[in-house]
Amino acid sequence: MKKKWFYQSGLVAVVLSLLLAACANNEEPASTTTESGSGAASGDVIKVGVLHSLSGTMAISEVSVRDAEMMAIEEINAAGGVLGKKIEAVQEDGASDWPTFAEKARKLISEDKVATVFGGWTSSSRKAMKPVFEELNGLLWYPVQYEGLEASPNIFYTGATTNQQIVPAVDWLLENRGKRFYLLGSDYVFPRTANLIIKEQLKAKGGEMVGEEYTPLGHTDYSTIISKIKEAKPDVVFNTLNGDSNVAFFKQLKDAGISAQDITTLSVSVAEEEIRGIGVDVLQGHLAAWNYYQTTDTPANKTFVENYKKKYGEDRVTADPIEAGYTAVYLWKAAVEKAGSTDVDKVKAAAKDLEWDAPEGKVKIDGENQHIYKTVRIGEVQSDGQFKELWNSGDAVMPDPFLKGYDWAASIKPTD
Amino acid sequence: MEVITLQLFNGLSVSSILLLIALGLAITFGLMKVINMAHGELIMIGAYSTYLTQNIFNDYLPKSMFDWYFALSIPVSFLIAFLFGLILEMSLIRFLYGRPLDSLLATWGVGLVLQQLARSIFGAPNVAVTSPSWLDGGVTFLGAVLPYKRLFIIGLVALTLLAMYFYIYRSLEGRRMRAVMQNRDMAACLGVSTRRVDAMTFAIGSGIGGIAGCALTLLGPIGPSLGTYYIVDAFMVVVLGGVGKLVGTVLGALGIGVFNTMFEYWTNASLGKVLVFLCIVAFLQWRPMGFVAMRSRSLDS
Repeated sequence: MKKKWFYQSGLVAVVLSLLLAACANNEEPASTTTESGSGAASGDVIKVGVLHSLSGTMAISEVSVRDAEMMAIEEINAAGGVLGKKIEAVQEDGASDWPTFAEKARKLISEDKVATVFGGWTSSSRKAMKPVFEELNGLLWYPVQYEGLEASPNIFYTGATTNQQIVPAVDWLLENRGKRFYLLGSDYVFPRTANLIIKEQLKAKGGEMVGEEYTPLGHTDYSTIISKIKEAKPDVVFNTLNGDSNVAFFKQLKDAGISAQDITTLSVSVAEEEIRGIGVDVLQGHLAAWNYYQTTDTPANKTFVENYKKKYGEDRVTADPIEAGYTAVYLWKAAVEKAGSTDVDKVKAAAKDLEWDAPEGKVKIDGENQHIYKTVRIGEVQSDGQFKELWNSGDAVMPDPFLKGYDWAASIKPTD
Repeated sequence: MEVITLQLFNGLSVSSILLLIALGLAITFGLMKVINMAHGELIMIGAYSTYLTQNIFNDYLPKSMFDWYFALSIPVSFLIAFLFGLILEMSLIRFLYGRPLDSLLATWGVGLVLQQLARSIFGAPNVAVTSPSWLDGGVTFLGAVLPYKRLFIIGLVALTLLAMYFYIYRSLEGRRMRAVMQNRDMAACLGVSTRRVDAMTFAIGSGIGGIAGCALTLLGPIGPSLGTYYIVDAFMVVVLGGVGKLVGTVLGALGIGVFNTMFEYWTNASLGKVLVFLCIVAFLQWRPMGFVAMRSRSLDS
């Protein structure tokens, strides 16, 4: 009898560990820490929420964005605050778990009565929070590039939409690197939607898709996919893998004897922060498309990088989403000051056409879809782990999340 | 032709990685019946040990020595994971023998604690380990490039397996180990210190997990949640192979590795994995004990 039970418990272990991997360890209880917690009445302070994954699989990326947002808040407080009041940040942990994001967002708006929330990274977390913000008329600043096809009246998007990152990158690749594309991505909403758009674009512009592969998040063996890539002989691998899989993919790509000279890979989720974890030796020469690099040459960026390193350590690097999180806080501040109030509707109205000199260059809020104008930059990884900009769009590109300005995109419909 | 060679090699390579991550578990779970959910974190400890060894070489030794850090990091990873295993056994596992579900929950908790510990010490982002230059590149065989790193891992697995075989079946310590695992009371009566043997066995299983972590730095990410990517596969291999026998574990790893690569090649990564799982479920319906079932009286009691 006992024997049978033993084997069953073995199966239980497998199932449990599957669960553990599947929900990407949403194990930790969220911790609430308040900055400058003087317990002051809301008369003297303005509360804002900062909601990122501080634990679980996404903590790897989101902790740095949280750091940048906290730095912006501190800077603003040091300079006198907003409307003469100090900002108090209420931090919550989304724990890399999408329902937790929705739950914490509700808590921040209903219980803490925050004026706005800065937070999210994955599209899944944004999609989980969106109905909450729309229902309670809250305000969310979302700092990461994403797949577009969305414009919630309660969200400001300070990361790139597709026409500020993916679409110009594909155009550039078609012109400079070749027509044969291999699409590789993680298996969730962003890569699948991005590739839907890329496929339409390739069809319209005379490119050719020679392969399309998706791997589960956290996938670690790419030997088979690399064989398939070898067989397909593409000019370009368009990489929308996210998270740790990038490490495995690039290490194994190099081992298979494929260098950046043989096949160009362009990634949209590999920034300075990720380069440190993957290793410069395997990434050198590969490309990425972003709106900001630590090396971007603007006066605002010089101060930003300096302050960030001073505050968090010389070995830390800044990257696109980190900059977008920092920018979001300042844009909100500017909008609140223009509106003279933290009321969500008034702030939204005031934010229209607001301009700010961000580290990435001049940005402007589009009043209609609440995205921001951003400059597109394509960079190549150098031996010091930084990017060298190969091309930029010159002017900041107008955000077009539904790709209305592109004829070939007519058949692409919003996913929800 | 090139593709067939390459895919056969990939199948073998994936099997060797699976075997390496499952070998330690084959001891702690297979022999000792401890459902060790923290095995993934012991792998992580091995990976971070390699990272630390690399940093020490970088900071304190001449550049020309750097390439040899990896040779040293294998025993270092083993030792550190071994020590962690020893402490874990003496402070926790020893009180939970014969209570599989309790040890399952307790080790899961230990796993989470270790993950958070790594996050506090090394930070949430991944760290980079530069692989030694003598493992860069590959050998061309029948038109296919076989990377040295994967060949190295196959060799490392073979060596580890051989060492385990000699330890378990050819040494005095190993004989005691088998005696305790097969009939604890009898072994105790004959003067074997079962408590000491338990601690050693668990620590060795953990140490082998550390070696796996060291090898995985060549191919994959090194971060606090590294263990969670491999723990499912490790349990799969041991359960499919049949607990209690090394041969079973080897067969389990080969089966999963080869089929996974084949299915992935014909379909895609997600579907390939699903098909492998379906095959395993079907197989366990037919042979619930796995490939190789160990028969012993003490297991029945």
